[in-house]
Amino acid sequence: MLYLQLFLSFLQIGAFSFGGGYAAMPLIQEQVVTQHQWLTLGEFNDLVTISQMTPGPIAVNSATFVGIRIAGIPGAIIATLGCILPACILVSILAYVYTKYRDLTMLQGILNTLRPAVIAMIASAGVSIIITSFWGEQGISLALSDLKLDAVFLFAGALILLRKFNWNPIRVMVLAGVCQTVISAVARVIV
Amino acid sequence: MRQEKGVLWKLFTSMIYLGTFTFGGGYVIVTLMKKKFADELHWIDEKEMLDLIAIAQSAPGAIAVNGSIVVGYKLAGIPGVLVSILGTILPPFVILSIVSMFYVAFQDNIWVNSMLTGMQAGVGAVIIAVVLEMMYGIFAEKKWGSVAIMVIAFVLTAFLKINVVFVILGCIVLGGIRTGLKMRRGEV
Repeated sequence: MLYLQLFLSFLQIGAFSFGGGYAAMPLIQEQVVTQHQWLTLGEFNDLVTISQMTPGPIAVNSATFVGIRIAGIPGAIIATLGCILPACILVSILAYVYTKYRDLTMLQGILNTLRPAVIAMIASAGVSIIITSFWGEQGISLALSDLKLDAVFLFAGALILLRKFNWNPIRVMVLAGVCQTVISAVARVIV
Repeated sequence: MRQEKGVLWKLFTSMIYLGTFTFGGGYVIVTLMKKKFADELHWIDEKEMLDLIAIAQSAPGAIAVNGSIVVGYKLAGIPGVLVSILGTILPPFVILSIVSMFYVAFQDNIWVNSMLTGMQAGVGAVIIAVVLEMMYGIFAEKKWGSVAIMVIAFVLTAFLKINVVFVILGCIVLGGIRTGLKMRRGEV
């Protein structure tokens, strides 16, 4: 029964979270905290923090976290399956329609209109990550002292490695993390 | 669809690799997928990749998972979808299982924190590098309608925080009308 409840709850989260990422958060909170009391609000906040520190989509992370908490590894697997099942079916159908009809003039016209918008949406996701990285959670501030200079230098360095030297993105990301760790270590020794 | 041997294995290992290193949300992983499958392996061309990302966004669910579904489908059909999903969710599944056990120690660790802070700056740079490249592509086509759509969509999502689903629906309607008019005038 618990497995079925877990499955159905995460099925709903998977089916109704449009727009990805943080759009899913209120939905998860509703199911997990309000309706079923599987987590307290404090635990839910911990879950959000963990999700930010680890790779992977928040919906999949919550399914794993909640599943393990209340029904062990099998629970985690069932919750994760529920969470990805709607997308699995729907996206496969869309992909099928796309590969079959992509040469139709109408679909071509619509896709041509969509492409620049997709680039813009990726850009705005990038900008919000940069804002958090430069100024922290509170967002843009005009005072120079709020700007994290080390983050700005890391960003500039990473961009140069990517654009001018064509470095592999994952290597650049890991290197940026290592540099920040070294900077923190040096800062600790000096201060 | 690709018939070459080892496509499924390559798909699986690529997704594991991408899934392990993508901190910071779905757009990071689609950016890396574009780098991997379009620029590096040349399995998918750039325009097609943007179409696939649009599909990933128009369905409910996490963009990372949806992105891996469309890429998997495109490269190897339904077996590709299954392999791709497994590769994408396995790393977060394992990592999260471990982290939830050692959460308190992990949260307060200054080294873990600085590593993640630094990686965030790197992630921002990765996304901007790919966006710049694709923007040049749009400018090079010299279609000002596309440039206008790009600017408007950016303002709507970045400043006005409009849900991307509405932007996509708007584009579908706009594209439908534009194409319909062109077809009626016999331009296409």
